[in-house]
Amino acid sequence: MNRPESLWTIAWRQLRRNRLAMLCLGILTVYVAVWFYAEGTFWTGRIRDKTPTYKIAHYDIRNQPPSAQHWLGTNYAGKDNLLLVAQGTRIAFEIGLLTSLIVIPIGFVLGAFAGYFGRKTDTVITYIFSVVGSVPDILLIIGIAYVVHGVVERSTAMQTFTRYIDSGLLSVCIAMGFTGWVGLCRLIRGEYLKHRDRQYVLAARALGVGPLGIMFRHIAPNVFHIVIINFSLRFPGLILTEVVLSFLGVGIANEPSWGAIINDAKQRLWLGNWWELAGATAAMFFLVLALNLFGDALRDALDPKLRTAQSTGN
Amino acid sequence: MTAYLIRRLLSVIPIALGVLMLTFLLFRVIGGNPAYRIAGKNATPQKIAQITKDRGYDKPLFVNFQNFPRQVFDAQFPRLVGRLVRGDFGESITTKEKVRDILVEGIWPSLCVTMPLFLLNLMLAIALALLAAYYRNTWVDRFLVVLSVMGMSISSLVYIMVAQYWLAGEWGIFPVWGFEGPQYLMLPVLIGIVAGVGGSVRFYRTIVLDEMYQDYVRTARAKGVSPQRILFSHVLRNALIPILTNVIIALPFLYTGSLLLESFFGIPGLGRMLVMAIPNGDEDVIYAETFLGSMLFVLANTLTDIAYAWADPRIRLK
Repeated sequence: MNRPESLWTIAWRQLRRNRLAMLCLGILTVYVAVWFYAEGTFWTGRIRDKTPTYKIAHYDIRNQPPSAQHWLGTNYAGKDNLLLVAQGTRIAFEIGLLTSLIVIPIGFVLGAFAGYFGRKTDTVITYIFSVVGSVPDILLIIGIAYVVHGVVERSTAMQTFTRYIDSGLLSVCIAMGFTGWVGLCRLIRGEYLKHRDRQYVLAARALGVGPLGIMFRHIAPNVFHIVIINFSLRFPGLILTEVVLSFLGVGIANEPSWGAIINDAKQRLWLGNWWELAGATAAMFFLVLALNLFGDALRDALDPKLRTAQSTGN
Repeated sequence: MTAYLIRRLLSVIPIALGVLMLTFLLFRVIGGNPAYRIAGKNATPQKIAQITKDRGYDKPLFVNFQNFPRQVFDAQFPRLVGRLVRGDFGESITTKEKVRDILVEGIWPSLCVTMPLFLLNLMLAIALALLAAYYRNTWVDRFLVVLSVMGMSISSLVYIMVAQYWLAGEWGIFPVWGFEGPQYLMLPVLIGIVAGVGGSVRFYRTIVLDEMYQDYVRTARAKGVSPQRILFSHVLRNALIPILTNVIIALPFLYTGSLLLESFFGIPGLGRMLVMAIPNGDEDVIYAETFLGSMLFVLANTLTDIAYAWADPRIRLK
């Protein structure tokens, strides 16, 4: 007997036919390569206890426009802008990953419990995410980033963390993580509500599988595509929010994130230095664009409901 | 209907208390003693002790048992609730002004920017969304969608910096900074529309397309209604319900204005005050704006639900 095709196989076949999505996937691969490269230089510097190349200032070549040696010019301290933008790619991906490490466990587990158990559990969890969801996102992110920034700076316990992770990066991710789980939680709760009385769940229950086993071994694989779609559509928003946080002074300060570069370029633009702004903006533009378009294609491929809606029309 | 109305309005109270608790936990408990943030980086211990005592940060968090059974509620959280119920939002640390006065002063400049921005953005976005939906699956639609996504992929900070530098600074078409007349609002509004319209077009296009595949559209087409008429009098009418929901939910966000636009163009609104309050550690301002924003959001949500129940009797019974 042939195994029936999985959701993922079907989705992948549909994605492969979509030329735009494949182009975006190509762009994303390039970014991931740059990310690995930047991660490499960063950690080599850390381990050998040397200042990495991108952080070394050359005061004799300050504010130089793009040239053959420095493709994206140099900044006020003579640092190569291209190297800084590459490090910005690293930070963008680190933000995406660290934030998701907060968002996915909280959102998924709470959503699963609320949807599967219903009743009082559902009431309590719905209440919690209604409260968190009631504070306008940007205000809550600013609030958390502002408070956590202060805590990280003062507490000694946090210093063990900040030796490995930049304190600004940590507070930005905590802020966006503890705000971002609400959306995922709502979606997962809805999915669990739909699945909890399906036949395969009843069968598992009849065979004596406990609630945790049903939730995480039987239902979870069937709703996990929601997490992937949610991630790919949330990631671009994180990158854009980071820029705003940098501007507000609660973002990343000691590492060249795209937000920090753009924020630095703010004053320099009036001195005629446009390449700092252009470099970071272009790098951000293509990543966010590719993520948005790919996320859309992924949703169309993985969400069968939308698929039928589009194929039945005309 | 009355019963539903009362039930729905009462449900605002636990959410409001929850929001209050959340902000309280954030600013007073997780953040440690706020006096550290207020006093700044190089404060002396005496100054911190002074601020702590003046602002009551040394009191217990929830209940006070020191003089039991009297003054049980002489603790930080009950005092905060009491103060907010009386409409007292504290005072600014930097200017010693009452936060309530700051809010009253700042709301008008904020609305001056956000109201035209919001309305123009909405009209433009719906028009473009209808256009894209009408020409769906043609190059017009694809062009509009790709353009929208491209517009969404640039940070609004960049839009502001570029427009302020070239349009206002270099070419002198608009004033660069200030809030002295309508011409000062033109550029911020323009930037806001350009930066925001992409996302709105994409969102409204999905809503309009959802309606386009409904049965009533097929029926209308079958009985020979012209495509234009279907779009404007059938589809748009039905799409207005989700569009309206989205609009009402967005309304509370108008009051903080745009943090970025206001601070770059020197418009003395609530957004700019919030931006200035952060580095100064102006706790009460940040607190008040966060709390008010949440309350407006909850109220807008409740109003939407009530409007729905008024329009659709089935909801009231749930």
